[in-house]
Amino acid sequence: MSIKVEHELHQRRKGRNMGLLGLLLAFVALVFLLTVVKVQELGDASKFQGYDHVVQPALVPLEGEAGAVATE
Amino acid sequence: MTDVSLEQTSHEAGMGDYFALLKPRVMSLVVFTALVGLVVAPVPVHPFIAFVAILCIAVGAGASGALNMWWDADIDRIMRRTAKRPIPSGKVQPGEALGLGLTLSAFSVILLALATNFLAAGLLAFTIFFYAVIYSMWLKRSTPQNIVIGGAAGAFPPMIGWAVATGGVSLESILMFALIFMWTPPHFWALAIFVKSDYGNAGVPMLTETHGRRVTRNHIMGYMIALMPVAIGIAFTSIGGPIYLATAVVLNLWFLKACVRVWRRDETQAEADNFAAEKAAFKVSLYYLFLHFSALLAEAALRPWGLGGW
Repeated sequence: MSIKVEHELHQRRKGRNMGLLGLLLAFVALVFLLTVVKVQELGDASKFQGYDHVVQPALVPLEGEAGAVATE
Repeated sequence: MTDVSLEQTSHEAGMGDYFALLKPRVMSLVVFTALVGLVVAPVPVHPFIAFVAILCIAVGAGASGALNMWWDADIDRIMRRTAKRPIPSGKVQPGEALGLGLTLSAFSVILLALATNFLAAGLLAFTIFFYAVIYSMWLKRSTPQNIVIGGAAGAFPPMIGWAVATGGVSLESILMFALIFMWTPPHFWALAIFVKSDYGNAGVPMLTETHGRRVTRNHIMGYMIALMPVAIGIAFTSIGGPIYLATAVVLNLWFLKACVRVWRRDETQAEADNFAAEKAAFKVSLYYLFLHFSALLAEAALRPWGLGGW
């Protein structure tokens, strides 16, 4: 004998859970689109690598006084 | 046993109850004025960044509303107008409102800082602090000038919008702040005269109850006179123009006339026509603010065609 009770409370909880799901999905979309816009605003997308905390050899100019940067 | 569990859980909040904590009606004014502040600024903002910025300002305003409801739950319970709010009606626990308020405050400020700049985020943080702590916790229950100083919280949004675009504060943004700041007292006190409030029972010192309606009428007149140069002065800054100037002159004469009518009456006259002049002044005050900001928006919108501005 299974107990099945559909109470108004369950519906309200479901509404709340779905609402939270919607908000979280909207937040994911927000951060994603914000990232796309911010990267596009840089003009040159390769500049984005400059935010990395690791030395990116590809970003270091090959000639000139760039050596100082590369040895850091 | 079923009955007992029903009794305990039937007050569980729904999504709408949490939304009501954010004072959606106040939010609409905040969204509009912040949007105008952002659009009239001389620096263009990417539409999506503008959207995120306005969203952050709206959520920040909502968060301060939730903190206000958490702090004021004791007096909200006593007053008829506020007794149905989520906390006094038992739908939301006070701790939940506090948690929601603090979380959304941090969320909105941090996201605004990441999406735009630190000045805008700092101004938003200060606005939330000002409304929740300076106004709700301190001034509201201690001085009849509470809404005058507290009005600053409602005046910040266009300044934040401007800071989102320009990253700074300027004469224009200070004047937009001053317009809302000086407008709040006559707007609110016109309402306070005709609404039969029970602030007295709740121990909130409202000017109408501490100093009487006569003094309140004088105060409305005083603030109206101080408001006019601010409203008209904006016309001569970089965001003003002939459209704004014409709108401002008409609106100021209209609101002045309404305030003079309120000022010259005594209580017998007011009660005889059921506060018709006070109700009219309150209605005019709503148009006053909305149309001033709409005129600023019109100036900015027409600028690309050489029609806006001087």
